[in-house]
Amino acid sequence: MESIQSGEARTSPLLHMKGITKRFPGVLALNNVDFELFPAEVCGLIGENGAGKSTLMRILAGIFPLDEGVVLFNSKPIEINSVQDSLALGVSVIHQELNLAPNLDIASNMFLGREPRKALGVVDRKALYAQASDLAARVGITAPLNTLVEKLSPGEQQLVEVAKALSADARILVLDEPTSSLTPTEAEKLFDVMRSLKASGVAMVYISHRLPEVEEMCDRCVVLRDGQRVGELAKGSITPGEMVRLMVGRDISRFFPEHGASHEAETVMSVEDFVYPGGTNPVSFDLHAGEILGLAGLIGAGRTELVRAIFGVERAIGGHILVNGHPLHVASPADAIRAGIGLVPEDRKELGVILEMGVLENITLPGIGAYRPPFMDRKREKQVAEEQVRALDVKTPSLGHDVQFLSGGNQQKVALGKWLSMNPRILILDEPTRGIDVGSKSEIYKIIRGLADKGVAVVLVSSELEEVIGLADRVLVMHEGSCTGILNREEISEENIMSLATGGTAR
Amino acid sequence: MKKIIGIALLLLGLIAAICAYQVKTTGHMAFFDAGNMSNLAQRIGILGIYAIGAGIVIISGGIDLSIGSVIGFTGVVMTMAVTNLHMSPVLVAFLCLIMCALLGLWHGFLIGRFNLQPFIATLCTLLLLRGLGRGISGGVSQSIRSFDFLGNGSFLGIPVPFWIMIGLALVVAFIMNFTVYGRYLYAIGRNAEAVRYSGIKVNRMRTIAYVTSAVLAGIAGIISVSYTGEVQPANAGLMFEMWAIAAAVLGGCSLRGGEGGVLGVLIGAALIKVMYNGINLIGINTEWEWAVIGVVILGGVIADAAYKQRAALLAAKRPVK
Repeated sequence: MESIQSGEARTSPLLHMKGITKRFPGVLALNNVDFELFPAEVCGLIGENGAGKSTLMRILAGIFPLDEGVVLFNSKPIEINSVQDSLALGVSVIHQELNLAPNLDIASNMFLGREPRKALGVVDRKALYAQASDLAARVGITAPLNTLVEKLSPGEQQLVEVAKALSADARILVLDEPTSSLTPTEAEKLFDVMRSLKASGVAMVYISHRLPEVEEMCDRCVVLRDGQRVGELAKGSITPGEMVRLMVGRDISRFFPEHGASHEAETVMSVEDFVYPGGTNPVSFDLHAGEILGLAGLIGAGRTELVRAIFGVERAIGGHILVNGHPLHVASPADAIRAGIGLVPEDRKELGVILEMGVLENITLPGIGAYRPPFMDRKREKQVAEEQVRALDVKTPSLGHDVQFLSGGNQQKVALGKWLSMNPRILILDEPTRGIDVGSKSEIYKIIRGLADKGVAVVLVSSELEEVIGLADRVLVMHEGSCTGILNREEISEENIMSLATGGTAR
Repeated sequence: MKKIIGIALLLLGLIAAICAYQVKTTGHMAFFDAGNMSNLAQRIGILGIYAIGAGIVIISGGIDLSIGSVIGFTGVVMTMAVTNLHMSPVLVAFLCLIMCALLGLWHGFLIGRFNLQPFIATLCTLLLLRGLGRGISGGVSQSIRSFDFLGNGSFLGIPVPFWIMIGLALVVAFIMNFTVYGRYLYAIGRNAEAVRYSGIKVNRMRTIAYVTSAVLAGIAGIISVSYTGEVQPANAGLMFEMWAIAAAVLGGCSLRGGEGGVLGVLIGAALIKVMYNGINLIGINTEWEWAVIGVVILGGVIADAAYKQRAALLAAKRPVK
């Protein structure tokens, strides 16, 4: 644990969360975390997915009860048992998904549930709009107050959320990834509002993955990793490099396994003029044995739809697939599996595994029908499952343990083990590390590289650029349903991928 | 397993209570009289057979509301074909089972191809077959003679319907526990999409469950006709799907799918019939019987839900390694 205190003597914290511990089934989400917030400051809260940022803020917001620890408000211990308790303390949380009523106008949203009233509970519309216009001026909303919220841009909606929080006399404002759907101009406007709020004494917690923004906006930054507080950075030392070092806990360059030696390998699968349902343009690419082909693009670019159609979950509407030179007609996943293809889907909990079944049953689900049909070969089943659990180092108390009680990383290993038990020649991984802890991530990267080294052709769909750049041998970039380019090893760079992903061209 | 022990204890407790009451009031345990036992075994046998079918469908995450109408319609067809058309009972029974199998295929087709909810697809069959049966019979009670071995015969002192139930239960239990098909059905009940992503033909598997359910209902319908010798087209089998669902749920199946087993369903079926029987023996006016049974089933499922909540709480508190 490292702590860098600024030299000046500080006032006592407005909020002090001490020794917070929170458990979920199978996961220690927060482990003895301390967090303090001083008046009139912006404090960054950063960490990888699953580090515990949102859990900590949800405890503050009264959504989750804490298991251990105390919360001090102005040095007095308090209990937050409900969202109402939290609001009464002046805490407002603006979640990543906005909580606005799209069919109501700006003013009504600002005062939803707290409308000024006249006798008999009738809403005092005059007072409502008068108060709303004060708030609108404070946060810089320029649209007429009777505009429906659904007509506003994401940036304007964000400002309505801020105004709503202020209308509840928020003293502490938590912003969870507020800029993720904003344009740079809109984000800049939000930052101006934050600065003026800070000047008026509001304390803010700023959660973001955009490290340059954290550097620009925050006075202090607390870093979480795997449910623990791993450090705090003071104003001058909040740099992206330092933040990443604390978040990941090691040098990022050693986080990814070495690339395989590049060589001309045989083509395992050719996808030709392939059109997935809803796709706009035909997509063509070759996949070689032993390579990792990254599939990059913005959310909604059609990557998931493309791989689902290749795997036969959805029927393609055009083009064809050759596997080892033979045409493959996929009408269902069963056809794809027979040709040696496996798919670890994006939505692990809904599609990748069956949460209420054991590790053993999950791993053998795709294969058990072939062991000794129509009977179950329990001996072989146990062997297969044990082999995968050992090879992937799945941490589970027993083979019969329900997958729902495992951590995200171990669940994902089970989803991988399902396919590895089938010895696939082609393995498609859709967002294989989403929402899992850093340690498991790097294990999964090693597993993926290990597979490629053994000759498996891997397709890696990922929205994390760092992951694509760190793992892929080639990258296919998609934009709005079509393939905008395929980058070779030496062409892979953040700039090239982003430029293709937004519809431009690579340099 | 715990659940089966729980419900078995409930059954034993109920029997003990009935006997204790009888000893206290009459000094004699009429429950264990040969006549009562044989009667009870016949009834448990018939309910057990179609409850297994309901249970299989529930395990697969679906529901079959057509069971009662299938039983009634089978009865109408049996009696009319044998009595009016002078066909051989064995041939007609065989044809009836083929018809039931086709009906199951039809349900599977509607649910798989058109993505209809099982509740609606089978509800339509419930209405359709009840109307058909009443229509072709003109609503008039039908009778059948010289076909009573299946319903009223006995072997080694145990009624034939009970034997048939045991035989069918063994077959289905074997399939559910020792074949891949059983594993697939449990998995489909938990999460059909994840199973589809694992390369399994979910619709085909589900269809087999509906075929099983319809055929078992058909068998129960044939035995029922043999048992009573006559069929009231408007009432035969009425509400039987509800008793089947109740037996399955009492026996450990969850309407969310993926849970339960054949043994549990049979004990559930026995529990329902023993309740009926006990109400009679104790001398409660039979007009009250549904109310009593409703309260007992509710008590059972609440106790189970409370137990599960406690277990989940304990699991959440278990320390993480």
